[in-house]
Amino acid sequence: MRWLIRGAHLLDPGSGLDRTGDLLVEEGVIARIGGEIRVDGEVEEVAGKGLVVTPSFLDLHVHLREPGKEYAETIESGVLGALAGGFGGLVCMPNTTPPLDTNASVRFVVEEARRCSPVDVMPAGAITKGRSGEKLAEFGDLVDGGAVAVTDDGDTVADSGLMRRALEYARQFDLPVFTHPEDKNLSRGGVIHEGVVSTRLGLKGIPAAAEEIGIARDIRLAELTGGRLHVQHVSTARGAQLVRHAKEKGLRVTAETAPHYLALTDESLAGYDTNRKMNPPLRPAADRDALREALREGVLDAVATDHAPHAPHEKDREFDAAPFGVLGLETALAVLITHLVRPGHLSLETLVERMTCGPASVIGVAGGRIVEGAEARLTVFDPEASWVVDPNRFRSPSRNTPFAGERLRGEVRTVVIGGRVIAVGPRCGDNPDFPAPLSS
Amino acid sequence: MKLARKHLLGLEGVSRSEIETILNAAESFKEILDRKIPKVPTLRGKTAVNLFFEPSTRTRVSFELAEKRLSADSISVAAKTSSSVKGESLIDTVKNLEAMKIDFLIVRHEAAGAAHFLASRIDVSVINAGDGCHEHPTQALLDLFTMRQRFGGLDGLKVVIIGDIAHSRVARSNLWGLKALGANVTICAPPTFLPPGIENLGAEVSTDLDDAIDGADVAMVLRIQKERQGEHLLPSFREYARLFGLNGKRAARLKKTGFIMHPGPMNRGVEIAPEVADGPRSVILDQVTNGVALRMAVLYLLSGGEIDDAMAH
Repeated sequence: MRWLIRGAHLLDPGSGLDRTGDLLVEEGVIARIGGEIRVDGEVEEVAGKGLVVTPSFLDLHVHLREPGKEYAETIESGVLGALAGGFGGLVCMPNTTPPLDTNASVRFVVEEARRCSPVDVMPAGAITKGRSGEKLAEFGDLVDGGAVAVTDDGDTVADSGLMRRALEYARQFDLPVFTHPEDKNLSRGGVIHEGVVSTRLGLKGIPAAAEEIGIARDIRLAELTGGRLHVQHVSTARGAQLVRHAKEKGLRVTAETAPHYLALTDESLAGYDTNRKMNPPLRPAADRDALREALREGVLDAVATDHAPHAPHEKDREFDAAPFGVLGLETALAVLITHLVRPGHLSLETLVERMTCGPASVIGVAGGRIVEGAEARLTVFDPEASWVVDPNRFRSPSRNTPFAGERLRGEVRTVVIGGRVIAVGPRCGDNPDFPAPLSS
Repeated sequence: MKLARKHLLGLEGVSRSEIETILNAAESFKEILDRKIPKVPTLRGKTAVNLFFEPSTRTRVSFELAEKRLSADSISVAAKTSSSVKGESLIDTVKNLEAMKIDFLIVRHEAAGAAHFLASRIDVSVINAGDGCHEHPTQALLDLFTMRQRFGGLDGLKVVIIGDIAHSRVARSNLWGLKALGANVTICAPPTFLPPGIENLGAEVSTDLDDAIDGADVAMVLRIQKERQGEHLLPSFREYARLFGLNGKRAARLKKTGFIMHPGPMNRGVEIAPEVADGPRSVILDQVTNGVALRMAVLYLLSGGEIDDAMAH
């Protein structure tokens, strides 16, 4: 199999590539990069004018829901959604039923994902057995099964002594500990950010301090132990500031934020839209702006979607009763191009960095590189193409996006992984059955 | 005058003229209630369902009476006897009621936004009878009506709202309504009862009742929600009564023409002293009387009625 894209914008911040040219994939490997490549023999040729070719994206924060809540998402629908969003790799969270707290459960996810698609699914194992916050899970077994991180995501490890031991014990595997920072005594019962909007709507608020206290504690524990800490979904200005200080001190701390915190504010909750309910909650504009700045500076290493499918009947409820979480995989790139790149808050190059080598460095994997001889793991997108988000066309059986009906710019066209070329878009075209492998 | 609305979900964003239309209509219905036979055929053939997921005596009976006085068919459902105890979701319960061709849904629910949620999903006129800590618009409207009855108008009135503002739907609805009608509002409570940013919603904020009540026209006392005792909001009711309870001495600091309101139910001896609740400045039972006429006005206007028609009855 040979695949050639001509005259595309080749962009790989990880290897310093930023040029217009041709790229040839042969037998799943990037064979040549050049101004104008001449090829003899049979080749599938794609006109690349106006398209951007980058390493395929890596999402550090995905909920696949299988095993346990297959009605909301399966591993298969999840990886198809990932491909539709341009992701060639993802880290999935352990809050399934049963949770990913054993070698066998981690291996099940890895093997099931391999059966479905070439997307590299890398589970995060649980920090504690049963995610109950009481006893350490067997990190060694989890790593052998394929875990690339540990976390009790969603259920913060409340016991500081236990969290300290987790960070210490993980060191022998050089395993990052992902933290969902939240002081539950402050946030309990809260459903949106605590501020003037929660007051107007009569909803119980979650103060920003609940997240910031969690971040501050875990950074201090990372300092105490020398462990690797990754802060999940930073949503506040002060939270980003704490990460900045930790990095300035030289601690082994990384952090992510999610597209919705970069694009939306709590003002948009006026209609009690449960598809805007997530934890941590949407914050005021000042926080959103500080997160954009922190992402630009690299204080935040990655944009991760916190893709959290919930079935329509779970979300179509009164606000207090609906679960936290929104979909992210299929809209992330377009949301970020529309809300950050086009208005000038972030360069396309930086965005691509935060979706490729940025997240790769968090979990210590090489990530895709656009260099001759490397395995082809590529995403091709049209940064100008405009489309309207129609949740009914998502690969996920869930529909819980805050961006439904919004016109976005930036559309993923193709993902190339190894020898497989997977067509994704155009999403507004008339074939609803994407993605389907065109050739392998 | 007509009301260009299908639902009454809250008073945030409701204009002065809309509120005045409702109060004017209530004026007419109050006259009807003073007649020998206090009943009109205005809503004959219409059906109203009062769906209450929280306990209520006053509000539920007041709505039922308003519906019956207007000759609507009136049905009340209490949560404990509804299918919600079998695990049916709110939306499914209400879709079933809608399928029986009802015209009004009066709903009280513990979740803020519940009435908004239902209004966006069904083709029935929804009246919010209290949604969590959000709004209770008909209570505020009957409070405004009672104030207007006493003072003629609300422009420049000084109203002090005392109590657990953070968890009060009555306070929120009153704040919006009072501001719309030109009153000045002071919120008075211990800091644990003050929701963040309340000062940005157009209220003065005080933590000193003696100071706040000085020269006020109206003291609106809110119920202390004893069910929130576990939330560390107060060290004791005793201390609350000492610092924020409306006793005779404090009530005397009101203007001479000033009076005292309470949406009920009262905790006598906590937020309000018995002699104040039953004293000559208390209009607490007038509020209740006015509630029926006010709710008749709301039902009538939401069904498309005009004020002049009401006058003609």
